[in-house]
Amino acid sequence: MTANGILQLALFLVLVLLLTKPMGAYMAAVFEGRRTWLSPALRPVERFLYRIFGVQEDEDMRWTTYTFAMLMFSVVGGLASYALLRLQGVLPFNPQHFTGREMTADLAFNTAMSFTTNTNWQNYVPEAVVSTFSNMVALASHNWMSAATGIAIAIALIRGFSRHSVDGLGNFWVDVTRATLYVLLPLTTVMALVLVSQGVPQNFAPYAQATTLEGAKQVIAQGPVASQEAIKMLGTNGGGFFNANSAHPFENPTPFTNLLEMLAIFLIPAGLTHTFGKMVGNTRQGWAILAAMTFMFVGGLGVCTWAEAGGNPNVAKLGVMTTATPGQPGGNMEGKETRFGIANSALFATITTAASCGAVNSMHDSFTALGGLVPLLNLMCDETIFGGVGAGLYGILMYAVIAVFIAGLMVGRTPEYLGKKIEKYEVRMAILAVLILFANVVLWTGLGANLELSPGKDARTFADAAGGEEAAFVKAHPTAFWNHYNNSSPSTYYGATYNNVNNSGAHGFTEILYQYASQTGNNGSAFAGFTGNTPYYNLTGGLAMLIGRFLMIVPLLAMAGSLARKRVVPASAGTLATDTAIFAVLLAGVVLIVGALEYFPALALGPIVEHLQMIGGSLF
Amino acid sequence: MFRQMRPAVVSVLAFMVLLGVVFPGAITAVSQVAFRRQASGSLIERGGRIVGSELIGQRFSSPGTFHPRPSAAGDGYDAAASGGTNLGPTSRKLVEGIRDLAAAYRAENRLREGAPVPADAVTRSGSGLDPDISPANAELQVARVAKARGLPEEAVRRLVARNTRGRQFGVLGEARVNVLLLNLALDREAKLPG
Repeated sequence: MTANGILQLALFLVLVLLLTKPMGAYMAAVFEGRRTWLSPALRPVERFLYRIFGVQEDEDMRWTTYTFAMLMFSVVGGLASYALLRLQGVLPFNPQHFTGREMTADLAFNTAMSFTTNTNWQNYVPEAVVSTFSNMVALASHNWMSAATGIAIAIALIRGFSRHSVDGLGNFWVDVTRATLYVLLPLTTVMALVLVSQGVPQNFAPYAQATTLEGAKQVIAQGPVASQEAIKMLGTNGGGFFNANSAHPFENPTPFTNLLEMLAIFLIPAGLTHTFGKMVGNTRQGWAILAAMTFMFVGGLGVCTWAEAGGNPNVAKLGVMTTATPGQPGGNMEGKETRFGIANSALFATITTAASCGAVNSMHDSFTALGGLVPLLNLMCDETIFGGVGAGLYGILMYAVIAVFIAGLMVGRTPEYLGKKIEKYEVRMAILAVLILFANVVLWTGLGANLELSPGKDARTFADAAGGEEAAFVKAHPTAFWNHYNNSSPSTYYGATYNNVNNSGAHGFTEILYQYASQTGNNGSAFAGFTGNTPYYNLTGGLAMLIGRFLMIVPLLAMAGSLARKRVVPASAGTLATDTAIFAVLLAGVVLIVGALEYFPALALGPIVEHLQMIGGSLF
Repeated sequence: MFRQMRPAVVSVLAFMVLLGVVFPGAITAVSQVAFRRQASGSLIERGGRIVGSELIGQRFSSPGTFHPRPSAAGDGYDAAASGGTNLGPTSRKLVEGIRDLAAAYRAENRLREGAPVPADAVTRSGSGLDPDISPANAELQVARVAKARGLPEEAVRRLVARNTRGRQFGVLGEARVNVLLLNLALDREAKLPG
């Protein structure tokens, strides 16, 4: 780790902490319905939207109505995206003339669910499959809507704590609209323009045709990248305009855009901790949560940077420089960009997985074993380390409830949090959400690592011409269809679902585990060598994302409803103070023990074994 | 409950139009006026022909040019199919691939067997379109390029230095050399023979 590397990591952290307070205070004003400096411009738009939506601005919703509205918003959005993706061949803004056949039913399902749930998992190569129209309307619009949904839910949960003796949690439509107009829109506009100034393209032209200096043809994919890139980061969505995501020089051309993109990921999640403190009337409560998040984040960041800067001993043996010198980066540069080097790649990887963003500026699949363990572990912490926009706050509050419950058990008192008694119902809902997420990862992974669809262990590939032979094969192996690569020619039937991995040995298992952890955590980053574009993985992945999003949200909104109805209990000498450093440590400990340690057996089979193999020099 | 249906349908429609069409349209309009070159992909023209983008790496293999990093995008530097190898640290394919790339790098730059090779020179980037190489990588290629162009090494080294960008604002990222810009500068200095 170089001195400049450490300086860059520190600079990022300082900037995040400096931005937390102004961002958080602004969002508190927005969601408490106060006037902000943008109100003169945006208030008329806001009112117009309520009128066409048919929404009464002052209608307070019970948790059930709030949940129903949120689900309807997501269902309608998801279905609309599915339809638009399937129809992209006949829709406008299709400069590359994609026929629409690339978007098979199962791929469109996976993609629509992915963007609706703020996951942005991509089982396809965007520049080769998705038209400009699909990118903008079917996908990028969800980057806004799913982010606004996340923020709305976090705000509803905060109101569960800040209100008392009432049924209402606020109005979902108002929260979503205000999150979009007052929070996302101004930030995204500024960021998009700064990105363009640094070199991110923003046009509707067909792909450029270049003749290189050596006379070869080079087709350069582009499009309205900057407008999508900005919301992709600010909304912690992470779905790339290009396959290489933020490693692509058009998505992330300079170290400055890289810093900006990393800050954009953490800006709203960090700010929301302060919004929380403001709205519950004690900003120290927010700082305690931010401290717990930062503590976990810095630990992961240290390990990841150290592992990547150390490099791969199997590569060092070949005479490749794995120690940094003033003229070259050293470390593990496979899958990393020269302009970012080691420190910015490890930092980006830790941020994007902690915050459930899922954009990548380097290929996690090619990280060293321990360098790849950190992003995976971040995913397994259920969006508590800053987390997705909104999702991070409701994720950590879920664990705060569990933490005060555990502390209450230790001293034998009914636990309280923010003046609310935490009783059986709240704890049940929090634990239910934790268990659903855990089961969703390990069960799908277990199935994926073992399921023997025909033809079993040996994949079969058919060349183009062998049409008759392929048809006979499909007839003889009825389950082979479920794990065949969509639209490839020659077409491949993978058979057993563990054949879709790109790497053998423990790393292959990690690819499957990472996939479901990423989808459950609504992250969207990948060990991207894995071939997911088969009906089996498109369908199970789509389900994993839906479960990871909505079966976490619904129990939490139920908990919020129950909390809002409670009376406030005055603090007594026996009340556990939750605005202290001790509570921050307790909270981080509970996340690691309850949320992450349950995955230890799976991690032992994957990255931990792989690390031992890596330093032992075993290759697969 | 079903009162929520209308807002759901209307809001999704409205947001898709406003955020999916109007917003990118407005950003495009402003960008094309304020930052025309960047917004159009930072394309470079020479003699009225587009030769590439400043930001996108392209393949160079002749001895008189600086070579970029190896690429895993499509068949190499396919700017419509970006991506890396996604090979993990215990992959035989990765290690054998790097071994072969290192051997080839040493051979073309006349380095002794086993000589240390910069990390970026023999690993494939995440995008497969990395436009840059490290300064150390460029330095090791200077002798070869100078010989092929019939230029003194010092002249080539000066061009490398002029096309080396340090850390942005002195702090951010890593120092790097843009290969396409450097080779264009070389062509201006001394045309390749033949």
